[in-house]
Amino acid sequence: MPLKPIRRSTTALAPAAPRRAGAPLLTAAPRDYTYDGTFEGLLTVLFTVYDWRAAPNSIQPEATAQVGLFAQPAHRETDEAQAARVWEGLLKTMDQEARTRLYHVFLSEDADREMLIFRYVDLALRAAQDIAENYANADVRRVQRLAQMMFREKHRMEAFVRFEKTQDELFHATIEPDMDVLPLIAAHFTKRYADQRWLIYDRRRHYGLYYDLTRTDIVQFENPTGRKSTDISATVLDEREPLFKHLWRAYFDHVNIPERKNLKLHRRHMPLRYWKYLSEKQPREQRFEPIQNKQAIAGKEVSAGQKQLPAPE
Amino acid sequence: MLVPLWPLYITFKAESQPFLMNERIQEKLSILADAAKYDASCSSSGAKRKNENKGLGNAEGMGICHSYTEDGRCVSLLKILLTNHCIFDCAYCVSRRSNDVKRAAFTVDEVVDLTINFYRRNYIEGLFLSSGIFSSPDYTMERLVRIVKKLRTEHKFNGYIHVKTIPGASEELIAEAGLYADRLSVNIELPSELALQNLAPEKNYQEILTPMSQIRDGIAQNKEEKALFKKVPNFATAGQTTQLIVGASAETDLQIIKLTDSLYQGYGLKRVYYSGYIPVTDDARLPQVTQPPVIREHRLYQTDWLMRFYGFQADEILDPAHPHLDLEIDPKLAWALRNRHVFPVDVNTAEFEMILRIPGVGARSAKRIVAARRFAKLNMETLRQLGVVLKRAKYFLTCQGEHQPLIGELTEQQVRRQILFGAGSVRSALITQQLDLFAQAS
Repeated sequence: MPLKPIRRSTTALAPAAPRRAGAPLLTAAPRDYTYDGTFEGLLTVLFTVYDWRAAPNSIQPEATAQVGLFAQPAHRETDEAQAARVWEGLLKTMDQEARTRLYHVFLSEDADREMLIFRYVDLALRAAQDIAENYANADVRRVQRLAQMMFREKHRMEAFVRFEKTQDELFHATIEPDMDVLPLIAAHFTKRYADQRWLIYDRRRHYGLYYDLTRTDIVQFENPTGRKSTDISATVLDEREPLFKHLWRAYFDHVNIPERKNLKLHRRHMPLRYWKYLSEKQPREQRFEPIQNKQAIAGKEVSAGQKQLPAPE
Repeated sequence: MLVPLWPLYITFKAESQPFLMNERIQEKLSILADAAKYDASCSSSGAKRKNENKGLGNAEGMGICHSYTEDGRCVSLLKILLTNHCIFDCAYCVSRRSNDVKRAAFTVDEVVDLTINFYRRNYIEGLFLSSGIFSSPDYTMERLVRIVKKLRTEHKFNGYIHVKTIPGASEELIAEAGLYADRLSVNIELPSELALQNLAPEKNYQEILTPMSQIRDGIAQNKEEKALFKKVPNFATAGQTTQLIVGASAETDLQIIKLTDSLYQGYGLKRVYYSGYIPVTDDARLPQVTQPPVIREHRLYQTDWLMRFYGFQADEILDPAHPHLDLEIDPKLAWALRNRHVFPVDVNTAEFEMILRIPGVGARSAKRIVAARRFAKLNMETLRQLGVVLKRAKYFLTCQGEHQPLIGELTEQQVRRQILFGAGSVRSALITQQLDLFAQAS
């Protein structure tokens, strides 16, 4: 949510449009549902909930479902038509932005995501007005929070991807994001790198995005363990690749101002778990020392290295 | 210091021009990045440049920080000088003529090649190009323009470009730079003309403000033309910014924020950057300090935000009786403590503008409060969950009759002390450290 200068817009918040409350009461006995783990599958479950009028006790992906000994989970096969009806129907109770948030909540892989989405949808169906800004409600806050975390992770992945160019002119990068962000960053990279072939591989989720100069597709490798970016043998890299990695590291070290050292801030912006695929943060033998551009100040030896604040840790 | 990693005899298959000596290019990059790093400008947002020619890059969205250095500053652009040779002798500058440093200069093709290759690997959002002044301002500016023109026209580069205009460069060259750059900036350098005369005698405010108005008018005219005609070339769509050095001269914070305010109002700047003075040269005209004034700089940025996003006027924050920002507490809290009569604010009924003024309530929380209270009356717990920092805010607000001892019942010092040292107070390690240093020095 980028801030906007207050001088230019002081528009008052528009009152929410009144909504009709209309959702069938869930009068049947609650059920445990399982689905195939896809978003369409979850939408199909939502369709079923209102079709059967049976509220969910739980909604879980079939592969990892844990249900009580005597429970009979109802497994719903993904039904594209039902999923589409739910997806379209959501717009009757919420705007596009709120609906997209629910998709982001799904991609967040939060343990409670399915039930949270159900509760949010149910609340929206029964509310007299748009609930998107009802921050007093815990589920609304949670949806906002997860969507925000998702946005951050997506933004980080737009920033922290580091491509390596191979001999056959493919720009290759490996990532391990906290959440399933690949579907959300595809458009960004497709627009940006329209004139180069690229592949971004999510090593944790074992799939990738591949752009072949005309379109971007979701791809999977035969070998499901994937490859670590550093595993690519130097022989298949473009011959100038090591040079640019080297220059990037030199640049990274030289734009640092040692007098302002603040490792706490450094780590807050760039948490340790992302360093693995950042070439500038790889353990390396050579560090570039600042250029000695300071003229000695009378009586004091002022070299860049000595004036640092101690690390605030 | 410069360790050759690549044998000199290797010549690489190059996209524009072969790197015959990669060791040399690394040395140049080291020198010219090191000399450019004191410019605080980092943002890469606000441009409206879409990748419509199936070229390289897209600069239509929000800015992206691709990395962060160990000082916690973001790395968004390839920020370099074309050269650190300079005919000027500004006292505060590492590249001043009389400073005995290694000098280097990139060729046009080297900058183009570095930018393209860093961008392709997703290291950067684009290029921030500045330069020392060699030969003449126009000669230097012409090189800068040549680089950005080449990137845009020959390489179909649509990444972000920020060009620092050279003081004294001709109007034509600045106008041409604006066609290719997303953002232009002219550094005001120091917070007063007097300081500039003293520390940078070859520069003057006139030479700085003239191009600043030219860019302002160019941007305004471009906007008008775009409203009328379909095909109008862009002109610096991400606007212009400036930077001033804090702590190299004796101005008060009041003088600085008055200047900032007049720059925002008079020149429509997107940002004013404050760069805490880092001692780089031994010069009797400069203060003898060992630490950059990072907290003062931080408080100035907070004030800048209050003026741009919170509806504060410069003279509300500081006045001749209080010409300096309080280093221990943020300027919004300082304002609230001096204006205790307007508190407490009832969050369930108060105007948005007033809620924005409660210490501990940010722009986002204020928006959420106003939105959420349409559904239900808010209580302290909800406020906390909305993101309000109650540690500070609780003294200044009420909701449904819940409140701390009313602000009127406490003195300024009592509230201040409780916030700074009371239960739950977490003070920035950096602040504690630097205040300790001040205490030792005095």
